[in-house]
Amino acid sequence: MRVTCTVNGVDRTADDVWEGESLLYVLRERLGLPGSKNACEQGECGSCTVYLDGTAVCACLVAAGQAAGRDVRTVEGLAPEGGLDPVQRAFLQAGAVQCGFCTPGLIVSVHDLLAHNPQPTDPEIREALAGNLCRCTGYEKIMDAVRLAAADGAGAA
Amino acid sequence: MDFLNPATWADALKMKAERPDAVPIAGGTDVMVELNFHRRRPPALLDLTRIGELSTWDLDGDTLRLGAGVSYARIMAELGEQLPGLAMAARTVGSPQIRNRGTVGGNLGSASPAGDAHPPLLAAGARVELASVRGTRLVPVDEFFTGPKRSVLAPDELIAAVLVRPAAGPEQFSKIGTRNAMVIAVSSFALALHPDRRAVGTGIGSAAPTPRRAAEAELFAAGQLPWDTLGALDPDVVRRFGELVAAAAAPIDDVRGTAAYRRHALAVMARRTLTWAWRDLCG
Repeated sequence: MRVTCTVNGVDRTADDVWEGESLLYVLRERLGLPGSKNACEQGECGSCTVYLDGTAVCACLVAAGQAAGRDVRTVEGLAPEGGLDPVQRAFLQAGAVQCGFCTPGLIVSVHDLLAHNPQPTDPEIREALAGNLCRCTGYEKIMDAVRLAAADGAGAA
Repeated sequence: MDFLNPATWADALKMKAERPDAVPIAGGTDVMVELNFHRRRPPALLDLTRIGELSTWDLDGDTLRLGAGVSYARIMAELGEQLPGLAMAARTVGSPQIRNRGTVGGNLGSASPAGDAHPPLLAAGARVELASVRGTRLVPVDEFFTGPKRSVLAPDELIAAVLVRPAAGPEQFSKIGTRNAMVIAVSSFALALHPDRRAVGTGIGSAAPTPRRAAEAELFAAGQLPWDTLGALDPDVVRRFGELVAAAAAPIDDVRGTAAYRRHALAVMARRTLTWAWRDLCG
C-alpha cells in the first residue's frame, strides 16, 4: 500500500508498504531517516521514540497505515538543517553520549519532557525517561544533560 | 494482509462483521509486537484510531462511559478523581511512550491475566460495552474473561467502552514487579471501598488464568469493617482479608515468579491496600 504523511514538516510518500509494517520501518528503510533506531521492536527500549501528532510514541508500535495523514517528527527534525536543538547540545556538552544508539530516542523523550515540564525534578526526569534504555552510561551523564538543557531553557524554546 | 481504516464506528462494525478475522488495532502496544516478531499474520488489521468517539469519555448520571480508545496517559491526567484505582494502575503501565498509545479497550481485547487495567475495573464493578452490527451488549467485567488471553468477545464484535460508576470511596492499586517501569505484573491487586452501600470490591491480577475478584474476601471485609464508627482496623480482620484474597487466587510458577510467591504477595498487597484505603476513608 501507499502511505503518505508529513515527516519533519515535509509531505512524504512511501510505496509498497506492507500492511503490517511499522512506522519505524517506513522511516528508516523507505524514507531514508535512520535517526530513529531499531532495537527491541516491542516498545521496551525507546530508541525509536518519535512524535506522532505531537505525542511521543515508539515508532515500532505504530502501524504504518496508522501514520497516514498524520504529522511525524523525528530526531532529524528537531533542529534546523545544520543546527542543534538545545537538548542535543546539552547531551554533547554533558558527555551523555557513549555508543549513541539510545541517544536519538532519549533526545526526543527529553525534548518532550521539557516541552511539558521545563524545570523537572530528578524523580520527574527519571520517570519521564523510564521507557528509554541506555546500556552504556549508567544514566548519570544523561541526568546531567537534562538538568543542563533545563537550565539553558530548552523547554521554553 | 489488508489494512482497514474505518472513519466511523458504524463503518468499523460493518467491516468487523464482513471480516471477523480482522485484528483490531488501537495503540498497537500488543498487536505490533506480535507482528514485529512474526508471531501473528492476521489477514487484516482494523485500525480504530481514526474513530474520534472511541477516544472520548463522558459522565451520564452516575455512569462514566470511558471510550475504548482513551489512552492511559489521558486516564492519568483526566480521571484521577473519578476513577482513582484505574488511574493508579494506568501510572504503572509501561513507560510514557506506552501510556501515550495504550488503551483500556486494547487491554481488555488482549485479555491478558496480567493486564494492569483489569483489577481496578473488577474492584469498581465495571461493565464492558461490546458492539456489533447485531447490536450492543453490556458484560460485567468479571464475566468478560474466559481464560488466558480469551474473552467473551465474539468474532464480529468490537469493544466500544467501559461503563463504571465514579468512585464513591477510596480505591487503591498495588503491583509487584522487578522495577517501577516497563514491567509486567508478577501479581497485582486492586481494592475499592464503596461506603455508600457498605461494600468492598477487589481485583486480582496475574495470579489466575484470568483476572478475577476475591468474592469471599469482599463479603468478609464488608461485614467486618467498622463502617459506623470509622474506627481503627482490627489487625485480625486485615490479616484474614489478606488470607482470603490469597486463597482466591490460582497462580502458577512461571518466568516472572512462583505460585507461592504470588500468593504471599497478594496477601501483603491486600493488607496494605485495605489499610491505605481505610485510612483514606477515615481522613
